[in-house]
Amino acid sequence: MEKGKVIDSKDFSKALPGKNSVDKAEAAKQIPVNSAGTAASDDSVGIVVPHDYEFAHPPGEMVLESGRKLGPVNIRYETYGELNREKTNAVLILHALSGDAHAAGFHSQDDKSPGWWDAMIGPGKAFDTSRYFVICSNVIGGCQGSTGPASINPASGKPYGLLFPVVTVYDMVRAQYELVANHLKLPSLHAVAGGSMGGMQALAWSVQYPDYVRSALILASTARITAQGIAFDAVGRNAIISDPRWKNGNYYDGEIPARGLSVARMVGHITYLSDLSMGMKFGRKLQTRQKYGYDFTDEFEVESYLQHQGDKFVERFDANSYLYITKAMDYFDLGEKYGSLPQAFGIAKAKYLVVSFSSDWLYPPYQSKEMVFAMMKSGRDVSYIEINAPYGHDSFLLETVRQKKIIESFLESIDV
Amino acid sequence: MFNIERPHLNYRIITELIEQGSNVLDLGCGNGELLYKLKKEKNVSGRGVDIEERMIMECISKGISVFQGNLDEGLKDYATDSYDYVILNQTLQVTHKPVLVLKEMLRVGRKAIISFPNFGQIKLRFQLLLKGRMPVTKGLPYQWYNTPNIHLCTRKDFVVLCRENDIRILREIDTNKSRRINSFMANLRASEVIFILEKSVRK
Repeated sequence: MEKGKVIDSKDFSKALPGKNSVDKAEAAKQIPVNSAGTAASDDSVGIVVPHDYEFAHPPGEMVLESGRKLGPVNIRYETYGELNREKTNAVLILHALSGDAHAAGFHSQDDKSPGWWDAMIGPGKAFDTSRYFVICSNVIGGCQGSTGPASINPASGKPYGLLFPVVTVYDMVRAQYELVANHLKLPSLHAVAGGSMGGMQALAWSVQYPDYVRSALILASTARITAQGIAFDAVGRNAIISDPRWKNGNYYDGEIPARGLSVARMVGHITYLSDLSMGMKFGRKLQTRQKYGYDFTDEFEVESYLQHQGDKFVERFDANSYLYITKAMDYFDLGEKYGSLPQAFGIAKAKYLVVSFSSDWLYPPYQSKEMVFAMMKSGRDVSYIEINAPYGHDSFLLETVRQKKIIESFLESIDV
Repeated sequence: MFNIERPHLNYRIITELIEQGSNVLDLGCGNGELLYKLKKEKNVSGRGVDIEERMIMECISKGISVFQGNLDEGLKDYATDSYDYVILNQTLQVTHKPVLVLKEMLRVGRKAIISFPNFGQIKLRFQLLLKGRMPVTKGLPYQWYNTPNIHLCTRKDFVVLCRENDIRILREIDTNKSRRINSFMANLRASEVIFILEKSVRK
C-alpha cells in the first residue's frame, strides 16, 4: 500500500505473536527486511529511470468502460532486468491504491528509499530480475506520472479535476495492455502479479486478455471488495470531500485539501494493519508524556503514528486521485461483469496462484477461497495458500521470506 | 501423521492402482510427493489439499497445484464426480468427521482410495492385553495424550462402516512391515490397509 516504506525491523519483531503457530525461530526469519541495501547492493536493480508512453491521441481516444473518452493518455513505467530473445520472460507488476511505477531500485545515488516492492524485485529475489523482465506502470487515474485528475485537460489547458472521467480497474488494465503489447511489443506475459488492488488488476488481466497471460498471481486481494471495504473507502472519500479546501476538486491553483486527504490515509492505514500488530507495535503507550495530559493532542503512540502516515502521504498523493482510485476498487466486481465468477474464470486460461494472509481483515482469506473455488469450478489450474502472518493486509508487502519461496517456484512451474 | 518405515511402499501401491491419465484429488497430500510421483509415472492431472502452510509451500515448489483447506469442512465446493480418484492416504484417522469425509470423497470422486493403520493388528492387541497400556508402535508412535490420531479403527470396523453406508470395496491391499501380505486373517496380520472404494448404487 505504501511506497518506499521503511520498516523498522525492531518494531516489527515486537509485533510477532507468541501464541501464533509460527514459532520464535521461524518468526525471527520472518522479520520483514525491506529496503535492505543501496543502489549498489548485489540484490538491487540499482539506479532506474522512469519512462513515459503517450497514446490515444484525439481523435483516437481511449473509450472507457463508462462510455466516456480519455486522450491523450500517458503511462509512466519502469522496467527491470532484460527481455530475452524469445520475449517470453516478461512479468507485469501491478500496484495497489497508493503505489506507483517505481517498484524497485533507486532513482538516484542519494535516493533514501527504494521502490515500493524492492524487497521482492531484484536479482535473486522473488521476482528475479536476472531471469525475468519486470515491468511496473502507474495506473491511469493515478498521480505519479500517468494521466489522472491532476493532469492537464487538453480541452481547457487546466488540470482535469472532476472533469476527469471515472476509470475502472478494467480501464487501467486496457491502458497497461497498450503499453506492453503496442509499445513494448511483447507477444505475451509470463505473469501478471499484484497485491490488493494490484491483485484485482491481475484478475482482470487474466480474463480480459486470456491468450496473452500465462499466469496470474493474486496476493491479498479479491474478486470484489466487501461492504466493509467500501465503507472504509467511503469514509476516506468523505474526509476529502468535506475539506473546505477541496472546492469540488478545483484546488490545483491554491491550497490542497491536505487535512481531508490525511484523514483518509489515517483511516486507510488502520485497515492495512491488524489488532495484533497495532497492539504489539504501539499498545497503549504514550508518545512523549509519562501521564495523561487530559487534552486532545496526539498523545498515544498510535495517534502520532497515524498522523505521521497521513502527513507523509499528503506530500506525495493527489486527493482527487484518491477519490478516483478508491472508486475504481469499489466498482470492481469480476463476477458481476462476466455473469458469475465461474463464467469469468471460464474465459481465462492462466494458471493462478492465490495467496491470502490470516490476519488480513480488509481482504479476508474467505474471499480468496471463494475465488479459488470458482477458478476450480471453471477448470482452472490454481494453487491457494493462506500465509499465517500478523501484519494484516500489509502482510503482502512485509512478509517476504515465505512469499519469495512460493512465488519463485510458482513462476518456474509455468510452461513457456 | 502415521509414521511408517517406508512410506514409499504406499506410494508405489497407489501409483500401481491408478490408471494412466486419471484425474486425481489427494486429500491430506502433505508435501505433494505422491502427486508428484503420479504426475511423473502415470501422467495424472491432479491437485492436493492440505491444512498445513509448510506442506502447501512444499507442494508449490514441486509444481503441484494445491489448496490450503480443512477436510473436516467437507468438500462442499467440489463438484460431484469431478475426479476419477479421490485419495486419502494415512489421513482418515486424524479427521474429526471421518464418515463425512468418506461420503464426500465418494461424491466428488468416482472412486476413492483410502489407507489407514489397522488397530486390530495382533501386536497392538497384545500390548493392551498384556501390558494394559495403550499400544505404541513404530507405525503409531504417539502416546495417548499427544496423538493426532483421534479416530483409529480396525480393518473390520472399516469394512462394517462401508457396509452400513452402501460403500463397495473394490479392492483391498494389506501390508505389514512395509511388505505386501495376502489377505488371510488381515485384521490380525496387517499393520496397514489400503482400500479402493465406490458407491454401491451408482447414480
